[in-house]
Amino acid sequence: MTDLLQATPRAAKDGVEPRRRNRSLTGEALALLGRSPLVWVALVVLAILAAMAIAPGLFTNVDPQRCILLNSRKPPAYGSWFGFDIQGCDVFARTVYGARASLAVALLATLGSTLIGGALGLVAGFNGGIIDAVISRVTDVVLGLPTLLGAIVILATLGNTGGGVLRLALVLSLLGWATEARLMRASVLQIRNAEYVRAARVAGASSLWIALRHVLPNAVAPLLVLATLSLGSYVGTEATLSYLGLGLQPPTISWGTAISDAQPYLASAPHMLMFPSLVLTVTVLALVMLGEAVRRAFDPRSR
Amino acid sequence: MTGYILRRLLQFIPVFLGTTFIVFFLAWGMPGDPLAGKCGDRECPDAFVAAATEEFKLDRPLIVRYGYYLADLGRGYLGRSFTGRDVSEQLLAAFPATIRLALLAVLIEVLLGVTIGVFAALRPGRTFDTATTLIGLVIIAFPGFVVANLAQLVFGVRLGWFPVTVSDPTSLCELLLPAIVLALAHQVTLSRLTRSAVIESMQSDYVRTARTKGLSEARVVGVHALRNSLIPAVTYVGKDIGGLMAGAVVVEGVFNISGVGGLIVQSIRSHDGITIVGAVTVIVVAYLVINLLVDLSYALLDPRIHYD
Amino acid sequence: MIGFKTTSGGEPLLEVEALSVALGRGAGAIPIVADLSFQVRPGEVVAVIGESGAGKSMSALAIMDILPPTAGVTGGSIRFMGEDLLTMPAQRRRMLRGSRMAMVHQDAPTALNPVYSIGWQIAEMFRVHRGATAADARREAIALMKKVGLPNAEERAGAYPHQFSGGMRQRAMIAMAIALEPAFLIADEPTTALDVTVQRQILDLLVGLQQERGMGLLLITHDFGVVAEVADRVIVLYAGRVVETGTPDAILTNPAHPYARALAACVPHLDSSVETLPSIPGMSASLATAGPGCAFAPRCPLRRPICLETRPALREIAPGRRAACHFSEEVLADDSRAVA
Repeated sequence: MTDLLQATPRAAKDGVEPRRRNRSLTGEALALLGRSPLVWVALVVLAILAAMAIAPGLFTNVDPQRCILLNSRKPPAYGSWFGFDIQGCDVFARTVYGARASLAVALLATLGSTLIGGALGLVAGFNGGIIDAVISRVTDVVLGLPTLLGAIVILATLGNTGGGVLRLALVLSLLGWATEARLMRASVLQIRNAEYVRAARVAGASSLWIALRHVLPNAVAPLLVLATLSLGSYVGTEATLSYLGLGLQPPTISWGTAISDAQPYLASAPHMLMFPSLVLTVTVLALVMLGEAVRRAFDPRSR
Repeated sequence: MTGYILRRLLQFIPVFLGTTFIVFFLAWGMPGDPLAGKCGDRECPDAFVAAATEEFKLDRPLIVRYGYYLADLGRGYLGRSFTGRDVSEQLLAAFPATIRLALLAVLIEVLLGVTIGVFAALRPGRTFDTATTLIGLVIIAFPGFVVANLAQLVFGVRLGWFPVTVSDPTSLCELLLPAIVLALAHQVTLSRLTRSAVIESMQSDYVRTARTKGLSEARVVGVHALRNSLIPAVTYVGKDIGGLMAGAVVVEGVFNISGVGGLIVQSIRSHDGITIVGAVTVIVVAYLVINLLVDLSYALLDPRIHYD
Repeated sequence: MIGFKTTSGGEPLLEVEALSVALGRGAGAIPIVADLSFQVRPGEVVAVIGESGAGKSMSALAIMDILPPTAGVTGGSIRFMGEDLLTMPAQRRRMLRGSRMAMVHQDAPTALNPVYSIGWQIAEMFRVHRGATAADARREAIALMKKVGLPNAEERAGAYPHQFSGGMRQRAMIAMAIALEPAFLIADEPTTALDVTVQRQILDLLVGLQQERGMGLLLITHDFGVVAEVADRVIVLYAGRVVETGTPDAILTNPAHPYARALAACVPHLDSSVETLPSIPGMSASLATAGPGCAFAPRCPLRRPICLETRPALREIAPGRRAACHFSEEVLADDSRAVA
């Protein structure tokens, strides 16, 4: 006989909402997401940012590269909402045009680390044995090394050899795949021993077929959650690296470089720092909130 | 207990080798000229190239060079920058400030994180819990250097409560604002972790037993629930030391603290790759050792570990 | 093992009147226990028996005031040694708990705090309630460990719960409960999670201590076999309500409620040659899902139309016996019970 104290709340909850039981986890998660106003706010913010990255000309007709030294450090005024930076460039225009590089790095880095981590996790979890042991140890080690420190070493070593967005995304992917790999491996291990996978194996399905057909679809949801969360953290990391002078370099326009350029004039012209920081923070916030909502929606325990 | 410690020490060896190898590889094993970024904007002077080739055995295979690197690390030698300065000496001078900053930040992180986590857990879903969760999300969204700059602008420049830059040698008082900035984001994860651990503990059988004994709520939470919840919290703080050190690079750069992080930022500006690699190596080694200590401290927190 | 029964007298230690417990608050509250009334006198063993989900544990937690935060008492009164517990200041009620009234929970791997030693957890009673010094409390704890039959008490006091077997942990739990010599003890499925051989020892220990100290004991169980040997009176709960009360002999040999009859039929007898035990067909009901009629009606072999429409009241059917069935007399008269 189980104790009533533990049995009742769960049973009662099920009893109150019997209709939800029949829906699939994904369908239920999406329904849950759609009901949250915060998710909609985050999605609208991200849609605007995506539009900025794709077609910055829609948001401003000021050329971000056209800088008039006479305007240097002028505070915000009518027609120039965010004021001018040290070179006399329009801060609003530079912020709008900076979205592309910042978001591209985050997107590519997320894609890269998900692919690398997903593939390694799949291989490790599916094969087990020595392959798993080696990949798992390497994963542990990479996980232990903070991405920012690793990136500082690589980027400082490479020097200013160019490459911009792609190089930065590659570096971040190479350092950031470990969490994805660990997650993927865990998903695979869980599914590998499931009844239906055993049945497929008995039925003579090849390993590759099982991996792609059965394991992958089941592991995608948690990986997706992680990807949403990493997008936000990569936007922050790119900005931090560019701020340190290691990420994107001028003439590439990005939020990190703008903030970096503004820092010496913090006291006299804070607007130069405030506005790009604000947009950067709002972006990360929208991604973090979306990621958090997705995580909750897919986590059955948090319901 | 002894078995546990021995096992941990043995496990430490491959992790130490793996991590130092990665740092070494990132610095010296990448395709291209290994001296490319190590001499400022210009080409390295021929004399330096010759000296560096000799010193870092650049003509030898990578794995042999890693052996030399480890040996150098063992005797505390981290190379000489192209300006001729001994990296170890610079780091030795910079380390006290960073240790003070990190300790202060961890202290603030633990105080804030555990307190907020416990109080949020006592009434989950209520105002305090929801408010701290939302504020936490906002804090996490702020990149560290933005927070550092804003804090410096508001509390340093505008309000004048804190000195804008820090003198050398630093005092704890001057480090307070940078430490708060550093602790802020890390505190969020800690508090949420503590929160869920305490919530789980509060529903456990032993908390019900503690209530049955007629203990006060403060004792039930503080003595019975919290002690069990501290295990995941300590794990996080230990694992997070690395992130905290990375954050220290930015914070020390913004507040002009002449610690290891400050040294890294300066070296980035002067493109002094050898100093950067040395400094990161030291941070990583320090982080590994701290993690080992955290692992060992489990034995004190959780009696079940003695007999694993 | 037999002969623990005593006739008991004096003022009731615990008087529960029309107690109701529900999960949640307001309109959405789910009732768990309704209209529960009983008394426990000093030196008396009262058993509460019923299936999982019948509301046995919730009633006990309500008496101890340790219901989970989602549940609460929605009606009735609980009087302990003449004082009304429900209107008493929380602080005073907490001080009573552990010192005057105590409870032994079902053994679970984490029923005792995994990070403190057994001795420390027993000693905590003396430190918190009596303000004893650490050394004194430890001495008392070791004495108690000996009393409940934990071997090598001095050495084992420093051991942690995971180093104890289930039976040993349960002895430690009992030591904690009787530490301050309470007048009243609740034992909630005290032997359920244990090995069969250990169950008997723990039950003997509990009842022995109850006899020795003249405690009132409320024994919660789903095992009629346990009840038959030690209880003075039995309360049969079904779906949050009392369906029958009486002496264990009366209920076992001649039940007045079809549910009690079904339960009694589940008790194995050494002399019976039946190899498989009968089970009660149908799903167990809860107070929340029960209709307007008798909650047992859907599973009842004697069901008639009135059973689904009107809930039978708990009424006196013989001196000292009450049952809630429209056809108790019929059940009493029916001798078709399998075990003679």
